[in-house]
Amino acid sequence: MNFWVIQGLNGLAFGSLLFILASGFSLIFGLMRIVNLSHGAYFMLGAYVGLSAIDAGVNFWLAILIGGVAIAVLGAIIERFILRRLSGQPLAQVLVTLGIAFIIADACVWMWTGDPRPVPMPSELTGAFRVQHLAFPIYRLFVIGVAFTLAAALWFLLERSRLGARIRAGVDDLSMARAMGIRTSILFSVVFCLGSALAGAGGVLAGPILSVYPGLDTDMLPLALVVVILGGIGSLLGALIGSLIIGLIYSYGQALFPDLAYVILFLPMVLVLTLRPTGLFGRQAI
Amino acid sequence: MTRTSRAQMVLSLVAIAALVAMPWLVTSDYYVNIATQIVIAAILAMSLNVLVGFGGMISLGHASYLGVAAYLTIYLTSHAGFGPLAGALAAIAATTVLAMLFGYLALRASGLGFLMITLALGQILWGIAYRWASLTGGDNGLGGPVRPHPFGVDLMNPTAFFYFTLIFLAAAFWLISRFVQSGLGQSLQGTRDQPRRMRALGYNVWLIQWLSFVFAGFWGAIAGLLYAYYNQFVSPQTLHLTTSAEALLMVIAGGTGTLFGPIVGAALVVILKNVVSAYITRWLMLLGIIFVTIVMFMPEGLVPGTRRLRGIMRKSQGSPTTQALPVTEERPT
Repeated sequence: MNFWVIQGLNGLAFGSLLFILASGFSLIFGLMRIVNLSHGAYFMLGAYVGLSAIDAGVNFWLAILIGGVAIAVLGAIIERFILRRLSGQPLAQVLVTLGIAFIIADACVWMWTGDPRPVPMPSELTGAFRVQHLAFPIYRLFVIGVAFTLAAALWFLLERSRLGARIRAGVDDLSMARAMGIRTSILFSVVFCLGSALAGAGGVLAGPILSVYPGLDTDMLPLALVVVILGGIGSLLGALIGSLIIGLIYSYGQALFPDLAYVILFLPMVLVLTLRPTGLFGRQAI
Repeated sequence: MTRTSRAQMVLSLVAIAALVAMPWLVTSDYYVNIATQIVIAAILAMSLNVLVGFGGMISLGHASYLGVAAYLTIYLTSHAGFGPLAGALAAIAATTVLAMLFGYLALRASGLGFLMITLALGQILWGIAYRWASLTGGDNGLGGPVRPHPFGVDLMNPTAFFYFTLIFLAAAFWLISRFVQSGLGQSLQGTRDQPRRMRALGYNVWLIQWLSFVFAGFWGAIAGLLYAYYNQFVSPQTLHLTTSAEALLMVIAGGTGTLFGPIVGAALVVILKNVVSAYITRWLMLLGIIFVTIVMFMPEGLVPGTRRLRGIMRKSQGSPTTQALPVTEERPT
């Protein structure tokens, strides 16, 4: 019983981190039709930037902000000067983001060496939360809270704001949105920056749990892809449910069959692709 | 698409002669081994080119077949007691079956979705190889003396092994070019250019793409078998996204949709990787930079690019005869 609760909460915490990464990835993909294969690298770079900020004496909360802003700026530059020049060529854009992911990954090894580095936990959130005889790290509960708050905020942004209406219009029918006078190039920049910022800040937030190491990028990226395949393209709810499913499967899998944790990841993909290729909540096949 | 012009015939004869004569021209085992690496990489790149160049399906998981076949070859022959021939055949067969499954899953989508699924499946395999240490040796990889002694020939000799791989390259080249010219290969190119029209004409687009996917996986497995023989060792790195990306770079750099492009691309990438690794450890960064540069400035690859230049210089055929890199547009399905 204890085991199931603790691993369940661990799974939710990991799924929450995954959601922070995958929601931006899914938004970018849904609106811009760009499969941003740099997204995992943004996550890792954000974590390293945050770590350096903390090493320089900045507190944890500011470090999250710095990580997010730094990656947002990087994303803005890449979107404006590289991806936009390739607009209308989705496959060329994918390959460029793959190349950028390699460059970032290698630059990180260069600057921060190949040793795994733990990110110190903020002192306010150390310790455990106790219910009867169960103890659970407060930080992980906090991460779960952040993800659900983020989900609510993104839902509000997309469903209740003018900007969100424009984004949804773009996701549904880009050329029609453009014909209605929506300036999609600004929309693209906003969404790409937002997704990048989420990846960067998410990386710092994940630091105390996952720590930062070379390969964090290629560990997280395929999981984000699986989440989007599972949840459906451009669907916020899909990203949330998909992340939690994968987080739970991964957590239970690693605890119960450590060797086979990755094999089990095939399962949801096989099921969803066979039975419902649009993903659980997607409206279009990927 | 029979592009076997006279120039290409001459070029192939020169290339074959150069390859066959290679061990006499260079005396050092080091260079013979690099030539062997090129031949193995060329088989992998040619197999991926069936998907990318002739099918318009960009896969970022082609290392799966290389890696799985290599793991199986070593595991079966030096850890599970299979004989050399039985081990090789079982590894190839099992990897082809894996390609059937992956093809079925990846072809539930097209275009970007196909790319995402192949990448995800490939990285899950990498994760299995990395984490399932009791079976795969984890990060330490799996080793074992697996080079066979067919008909009493000692393949531990680099030159003998080079010719051994060259036979496979010749077979791959011949059979893949036959495939491309066959009815199936022709209809595959039809599905690349006009999937909707092909469907309207009554072709089973899914089946054509799936059979081609399995065919490509089979040749990827052959490359994996030779890879295992060559290195006598396999590690999770073989299954990693960077290996898939390198294979894709070979195809793109050489020019997609040509038979020779992937071989040229394989030679370029292998030589570059060996040269660069001798001086600096920044191969991954260079790989990334090359990717960005080629996609942004040279999207049609080197072989068609030079062919186009030659065409311009001759002022004969104005339009390039080869298919541009299929990254230029996403075809509606």
